[in-house]
Amino acid sequence: MAALLETTDLSKSFGGIKAVQNFLIHIDEGEVIGLIGPNGAGKTTAFNLLTGVYVPTTGKILFDGKDITGKKPYQITALGIARTFQNIRLFGELSVLENVKIAFTLHASYSFPEAILRIGRYGKEEQIIDERARELLAAFKLDSLADEQAKNLPYGQQRRLEIARALATRPKLLLLDEPAAGMNPQETKELTQMIRWIRDTYKLSILLIEHDMALVMHICERIYVLDYGKILAEGTPDEIKNNPAVIKAYLGTEG
Amino acid sequence: MQIIKSLRKFDLALLVLSVAVFAVLEVLIDMRIISSFWRLQIILIGINVILAASLNLINGITGQFSLGHAGFMAVGAYVSAIMTMWYDLPFGAALLIGGLAACIIGVLIGIPTLRLDGDYLAIATLGMGEIIRICILNIQAVGGASGLTGIPRLTTFAWVFWIMVITLFFLKNMINSTYGRSCISVRENAIAAAAMGINTTFAKVLAFAIGAFFAGLAGGLFSHYFSIAHPSSFTFLNSYNYLTMVVLGGLGSMTGSITGAALITFITAALSDYPEVRMIIYALCLILLMLFRPQGLFGSQEGSLLLRRLMNRRKEAKANGSTLGNN
Ligand SMILES: Nc1ncnc2c1ncn2[C@@H]1O[C@H](COP(=O)(O)OP(=O)(O)OP(=O)(O)O)[C@@H](O)[C@H]1O
Ligand SMILES: [Mg+2]
Repeated sequence: MAALLETTDLSKSFGGIKAVQNFLIHIDEGEVIGLIGPNGAGKTTAFNLLTGVYVPTTGKILFDGKDITGKKPYQITALGIARTFQNIRLFGELSVLENVKIAFTLHASYSFPEAILRIGRYGKEEQIIDERARELLAAFKLDSLADEQAKNLPYGQQRRLEIARALATRPKLLLLDEPAAGMNPQETKELTQMIRWIRDTYKLSILLIEHDMALVMHICERIYVLDYGKILAEGTPDEIKNNPAVIKAYLGTEG
Repeated sequence: MQIIKSLRKFDLALLVLSVAVFAVLEVLIDMRIISSFWRLQIILIGINVILAASLNLINGITGQFSLGHAGFMAVGAYVSAIMTMWYDLPFGAALLIGGLAACIIGVLIGIPTLRLDGDYLAIATLGMGEIIRICILNIQAVGGASGLTGIPRLTTFAWVFWIMVITLFFLKNMINSTYGRSCISVRENAIAAAAMGINTTFAKVLAFAIGAFFAGLAGGLFSHYFSIAHPSSFTFLNSYNYLTMVVLGGLGSMTGSITGAALITFITAALSDYPEVRMIIYALCLILLMLFRPQGLFGSQEGSLLLRRLMNRRKEAKANGSTLGNN
C-alpha cells in the first residue's frame, strides 16, 4: 500500500503557543486512523494544517505524491482531502439538498456563458449534480429531508449531513473532527457502522478526531495520541490502551 | 433531462409574461394614456430594478456589504455618454462599453477590498464610490462640477425594459448555477465553502464584477434618458437608496429586489407633490418593515418558490380534508 498522506515535522505556533510541534503522521490508502488527545492538545489545529486553513510554521505535507504545503483550502479539497468541523459548519439557511449540491461544484465543468444561456453542458451537468446529490442524501437517510433548511435538522442529522456534504467533493482522504460529539448512544452506534461503510463504499481513507474511546478503539486500525502539541504515542488500539505514557496523559494528573 | 426541460418551460413562461407586460405598457405610453410624469417613473423603475437586482447579487446573494453602487453607475453613465457623443457609437455598443468599464473598475477595486469583511468592506466601498465621484467632478473634459450635457436622448422605454429583462434573466440563471451557488455558499459560511472546494475570492470578485457591469448599464440608460450626467446623481445617498430597495425586498431575493425598487420609486413619485411629508412616510414605511418583517418582504426566498409552497400547502390541506371526510 502506498502512503496517501505523509507529513514531515509539521509545526504551528500562535505567538508563544506551540499548538502543534513535530507532527509526523502517515496514512495509507484505505486506512481508518484515529487522532486522540486531551482538550487543547492541538488536534483541530493539525486538521487545519492538513486542510490549508493554517500555513505551517515549519514542515511539509505530502498528499498523493504531491507537496501541498501552503496550498489554499479550496485547492487542497480539489486534490482530494475533505473535512467536517468540530463546531458544525453547514450552510444553515439553505436546504439540505442545496448543501450537498454546493459541494459538487468542484466536479462541474460548464462555463459561465453556458450557465447564463443555459446551453451546452449546463443542463446535463445540473441534472447529474441533482441526481448524485439525491443519491448521496438517500445513502445517508436524509432524502426525506431534502427540502428542509439545514439549520432546522436535529444535531445528529446535521453531523450526518456534514459528512455527506464532504463526500460530495469525492475525497481520497476524509477528516472527521469529533463526529460523535453531541450524539446519543444510539446515534453513536450507527455512526460507528457508518464510518466503516463509508470507507468501504467510497474507497477512501479516514482520519478521525474523537473523544469517544469506545468508538475510536473499535474502528481505528492505528491511533495517534497528541498531547501538548506533540505526538505522544502511535500504534494499534491495543498498544495505545496499554501504553503507560498515554494512560498518564489521560488519567495521570487526576488519578 | 427533466431539469433543463422544466427550467426552459419556466423561462418561456417568464418571457411570455415579459412580452405581455411590455406590450401593455408600450401601448399605454404610445396612446398617451400614461402621463409623461408616470412614463418617467416607469423608466426610473426599470433602471432602479437593474440597480437593485445587481446590488442584490453583491449584498444579498454573496453577502458582501457594498455601498458603492452609485460609483459603478457613474462610470457607466459617463463612459457610455462619451462613446455616443465623441465617437458616434451606436447606443447598444456604447451601453456595453459603459458596463464593461464599470466592470473593470469593479474588479480593480474589488480585488484589494474584498479581503475585508463586513463593516470594513462597507466603509471601503463607500470610499471607493466617493473617489469615483470626486474624480469625475475634477475632470473638466466631462463637464466637471456642472455635469456632462448634450448627451443624445437615446433611452426609450423599450431599451430600459428589455435590458431590465436581460439583467434579471442573467442574474436568475447565474444564481441557479454552480457560479451562483458558490456566491451563496460564501454568504452562508466562507470557511465551509472553501472546505468544499469553492474558490471564495473568485466568487466574491465575480459577484462584484457582474454587479458593477449591470450598474454601469443602468448608468448608461440613466444618462441617455436625462441627456445629462451630473456627479450629484451618483452620491453615497444614491447608493444608500439602492441598498434600501434591496433590503426592503429581502436580501438575497431577486423577486424582492424588483418589488423593492418598484415600491420605493413609486412611493417617492406618488409623494412628490408633498415633499414635506415624503421623508416622514418613507421613514415610517421602513420602521414598520423593520418591526414586522426585518428579513424584508420576501426574506431570501424567490416569489416562484413561495407560490409553489403555498400551492403545495393548499393541496395538502385539501388531501387532509378529504381523508378526514372519508373517516
Ligand atoms: N487561531 C488560533 N490562535 C491562537 N491560538 C490557537 C488558535 N487555534 C488554536 N489555538 C490554541 O492551540 C491549542 C490547540 O487547540 P486545538 O483547537 O487544536 O485543540 P484540540 O486538540 O482540537 O482541542 P479540543 O479537544 O478541545 O477540540 C490551544 O491551546 C488553543 O488555544
Ligand atoms: Mg478540536
